[in-house]
Amino acid sequence: MKFLGLIAVLITGGLMLLASNDFPDWADSESPANNKADLSQKYVTDTLELTEVPNMVTAVLADYRGFDTMFETVVIFVAGIAIIAVLRPVNHDYSLPQPDDEDPDLIVLMTCRLLIPVIQLFALYVVAHGHHSPGGGFQGGVMLGASFILYALAYGLPKALVRLSEKRAITLAVIGILIYAGFGLATQFLGRNFLDYGVLYKIMPGVETEAWARSHSMLGVEIGVAFTVTAIMFAIYANLSTRGRLDRGL
Amino acid sequence: MILAFDIITLIFLVVTALIALRVKDLLAASMVFGIYSFLICLLWAQMNAVDVAFTEAAVGAGVSAVFMIATVFQTTRRSKD
Amino acid sequence: MNTALLADLEVAQHINYWVYIVLMMIGLYAMVSKNNLIKKLIGMSIFQTAIILFYVSIGVKKDASIPILDHHIVHEYHHPKDGSTPVPPKIEPDDYANPLPHVLMLTAIVVGVSTLGVALSITQRIYAEYDSLEEDEIIVKVKDYGGHHG
Repeated sequence: MKFLGLIAVLITGGLMLLASNDFPDWADSESPANNKADLSQKYVTDTLELTEVPNMVTAVLADYRGFDTMFETVVIFVAGIAIIAVLRPVNHDYSLPQPDDEDPDLIVLMTCRLLIPVIQLFALYVVAHGHHSPGGGFQGGVMLGASFILYALAYGLPKALVRLSEKRAITLAVIGILIYAGFGLATQFLGRNFLDYGVLYKIMPGVETEAWARSHSMLGVEIGVAFTVTAIMFAIYANLSTRGRLDRGL
Repeated sequence: MILAFDIITLIFLVVTALIALRVKDLLAASMVFGIYSFLICLLWAQMNAVDVAFTEAAVGAGVSAVFMIATVFQTTRRSKD
Repeated sequence: MNTALLADLEVAQHINYWVYIVLMMIGLYAMVSKNNLIKKLIGMSIFQTAIILFYVSIGVKKDASIPILDHHIVHEYHHPKDGSTPVPPKIEPDDYANPLPHVLMLTAIVVGVSTLGVALSITQRIYAEYDSLEEDEIIVKVKDYGGHHG
């Protein structure tokens, strides 16, 4: 079996190496993906004028390809639910050696007490500043979720579950998706297509042009993504490290 | 591209991938997988893909390695292969 | 060693692609032939990140900057020097890296970590049922139990 696998892998690798002779040169400006594709060039030249967002990647992610990002958020949510569903009904008729119930380590405790507020502040900055610097909803959400995981590692999982219990985490995740879909429904009620943010300048206070309405809606949508990602990352960790029982963590 | 930097990082990448698959201790394999994620993040930062590098640094080395270590501690640490 | 001459070699244009293909094949071989379940998952992750690496490398341009517009261009657009109508700035697409592969690969990384989480939870359930993480032992035990277990 292993030998057959090796032969299959070698044949596939050999064919791909032969095909790589036809690839364009490295970092070529004239390659088909860079030059002949008018769409990417239009993304580069028209983003500032149409959406008032200097970061082209965030503009394409949240506005031009907004459907993709919405369903990516739904995929994260479904993964969290699936992990809970797979791990929850576990029969308890055997036992693994549990870590003994001792006081948390002093050095880890003091260091985490200094680090966690700074990490959370930086994560919120990354979410809010995604229009002007690398970042955005997903990166900030993962860092915020990682700060909760750090809290669970330092102080113990029961104390972290007091702050963000599983019910609250799932509620937060659902609120994130509903924010995203709510923006889309609001644009539909105002007469245009789903997730066509330009028309929202009619109901936003202090916004005159369509470009600024798109910029602010992108921020709202990124906040929704950040909520979902935070909650689900912590819920996945809580379930994986206790095999669904949520009693004692790593 | 800076050729020397690229070649050395790619060699490290292949070596790290091979090590992650060969060690018998599963905890060490998860750690080396985290190192692999960091090296790929470095490559992307050199390729001017800063958003992708940011995401990979947060996800691959922060969250993915933690999930693997949590699973290894709930199952078993030795592997026969 | 003169790196400028070295970078003009014919093989140097394609050597990156060869390494990506080698990485993909390492991941694929690990998924097919390793016995341990966690090693299979590590192989799956290596395969996914190698594909993302290859895809992002399509959008690289020579002497280009990151796909974020500079602060001066934005400032000049919002506060024009003379006259009152802001003129949209003239941006050269060759100065910036291609943003489209970056966007697609952000979604791919996210989906990859979700898949890894679900796969790890299934691995934990398998260990709870059959008490082993090696594929051949699990197959033997499944045949032994034959549906009368649990």
